[in-house]
Amino acid sequence: MSTKFVLSSFEINEIENQKKYYENYRAITIEALKIVQKQRGWVSDQAVIEISKILNISPSDIESVATFYSQIYRQPVGRNIIRYCDSVVCYLTGYQEITKVLENILSIKTGDTTLDNRFTLLPVCCLGNCDKSPTIMINEDLYSKLTPESIPNLLDSYK
Amino acid sequence: MNNKIVRMEETHPLTWRIRDDKKTIWIKEYCNKNGYNAFKKAIHQNTPEDIISLVKESGLKGRGGAGFSTGLKWSLMPNITNNQEHRYLLCNADEMEPGTYKDRLLIEYLPHQLIEGILLSAFAIKATRGYIFLRGEYVKGEHILRQAIQEAIHFGYIGCNILNSGFNFDLFLHTGAGRYICGEETALINSLEGRRANPRFKPPFPATFGLWGKPTCVNNVETLSNVPSIVLNGTNWYKKLSKSSDTGTKLMGFSGKVKNPGVWELPFGISAREILEDYALGMQSGLSLKAWQPGGAGTDFFTQKHLDLSMDFSTISQAGSRLGTALAMAVDNQINMVSLVHNIEKFFARESCGLCTPCRDGLPWIVKILHTLKNKKGQSNDIENLERLCISLSPGKTFCAHAPGAIAPLQSAIKYFRSEFENGIL
Repeated sequence: MSTKFVLSSFEINEIENQKKYYENYRAITIEALKIVQKQRGWVSDQAVIEISKILNISPSDIESVATFYSQIYRQPVGRNIIRYCDSVVCYLTGYQEITKVLENILSIKTGDTTLDNRFTLLPVCCLGNCDKSPTIMINEDLYSKLTPESIPNLLDSYK
Repeated sequence: MNNKIVRMEETHPLTWRIRDDKKTIWIKEYCNKNGYNAFKKAIHQNTPEDIISLVKESGLKGRGGAGFSTGLKWSLMPNITNNQEHRYLLCNADEMEPGTYKDRLLIEYLPHQLIEGILLSAFAIKATRGYIFLRGEYVKGEHILRQAIQEAIHFGYIGCNILNSGFNFDLFLHTGAGRYICGEETALINSLEGRRANPRFKPPFPATFGLWGKPTCVNNVETLSNVPSIVLNGTNWYKKLSKSSDTGTKLMGFSGKVKNPGVWELPFGISAREILEDYALGMQSGLSLKAWQPGGAGTDFFTQKHLDLSMDFSTISQAGSRLGTALAMAVDNQINMVSLVHNIEKFFARESCGLCTPCRDGLPWIVKILHTLKNKKGQSNDIENLERLCISLSPGKTFCAHAPGAIAPLQSAIKYFRSEFENGIL
C-alpha cells in the first residue's frame, strides 16, 4: 500500500468552517465532497472515509450521497471538465453537432477522459442559457451560441 | 415590432432596475432605485400577518411552475409556540427545467431584489433562518449572491435585531451538485439536509415538518422577487398590471429557432403569438412553427392553433397543457417529433431519482421504445405501449410530479403528431 491518505489542513478547515451554517452536520456532506473535489479533481474512497470521520457519519451514507449527485466525480477526471448541455432547446439548435466535434477532436466518447488527462467530456442538464444556445461549460466558464467551427480555438485556451 | 422595450417601475416591477449594460445592481444602486424601502416599511409599520394578508390579496402565485397561491402557502406555517426553535425560508434557486432561463437573470442582475423579497417573506412567516438553494452550475450567480449577502449584512438588513425592529434573520447560500429532482421542494429539503434528493411523502407538508423537521416554506426566486413591489405599491396596482385573472407580471420568453430568442417581463394574459411575433420576432427565415411548449420540458406540446391562447395558469391548463415556467420553446418544421420527444424522455429518465418503480422503470422503457421508433424499427404495438406507459406514469401513480411532467410532452406529441410515431413502425 502507498502512504496513508490524509486531507490537507486547508480541506479540513474548509469543512469545519461549514459547521456554523447548519443545525445538523450531515447537511455539510455535499459541500465537503465539493471542497475535496475542488482540490483533487475527484473524490476517492479514502476521501469518503476521511469526510465521514469529520462529520461523524458512516462512509456508506457519504457514498450514497456522492454517487447520487452528477457533479461529484467518484473516479479520476481530466484537468478540464467540459459539460455540454444536451437538453431540449440545445437539441433544437444543434448540440449534437457540437458534441460530435468535441468527440472527434478529443478522440473520446462522452463520459471519458483524454489520454493526456487534459479533458473530460460530460453531458449536463439545461444550463439556463437557452436564449443563447447551444451552450457548454468548460470548468466554470460558460460559452454561448456555439458553432462547430468555434470549438478548436475554444479548446486551445485550456491546457 | 418592439425590439427596444422601455421598462418602467409602474409597469415592470421585476426588471425596471436592470441596467442597459446588464451589470449587476449592487446595494447602493439598488437603494437609489427604491430598494429595501418595502422592507423598511414592512418591519416598522406592519405585522407579519399584514404581509401575509397583503400577498394573499395580491393574488401572487408561485412562479416555479405549479402556480400555487403564495400567500396561502405562507398562511399554512403553524403559529409560533413558546419553545419554538428555528423556522426556515428556503429560496428555490435550483433552476434546471429544460428551456428555463429566468431565475438566472434575476439572480445575476438583481440579487438585492431577491434578498429583499426573502427578507419580507421571512418576516411574514416569522422565519429565523433562510437558505438560498442554488444549483451548482450557476457559478456566476454564486459569486454574485455571496457578495450581495455580505453587502446586506453590512448594511444591517440581515442579522440580529434588524433595523431595531426585533426581527432576527440569517441568510446562507447553499450550492447543489447537480440533479434536476432537487427542484422538487421536498427533494430540495432532503438535499439540503445532505441526503439523496428523493422526494418526501406528503403529508406532512414542509410547512409543518420541513427542514430538520421544523416549519419550512420553499419559494421560487421569481416568486420572492415579486414581493417587494407588492408591499411597496399595493395590491390594486399589482392586480392591474395583468390582462388576465392571474395577477402581476411574469418573466416569459421564447427559445428555439426564433429570430430573437429571449426573456421579457410581460403581463399575464398576453398571447403566445404576441410573444413569438413581437418579442421573439417570429421564426428564423425558411422555418415555420410546428409545435411549442408553453413553459418547460415538462409541459404538453401545443400547435399553431394554440398561439392565440392567453398566457396564464388557467387558460393554458384548460387547453390541455401547463403554463409551467412560461418560458416557451418553439419547435420548427424541420424537427421530427419522435426524435425530439426521445431527447426529452432521455433527460427525464436520466434525472429520475429512482425512488419509485413506475418512474425508475417506466421512463427508460419509454426511451427504449422511442429509440426504436426513431430508427424506424418500431413494432406494431409500440404506440399502444407508450400510451399505456403514459397512464402508468400519470399524476397520482408516482411519488412526485417528475413522471407526470415527463409524460406530458410524450402524450401530447402522440395526440397531435401520431403519424410521425406510426412512421417509425417497421
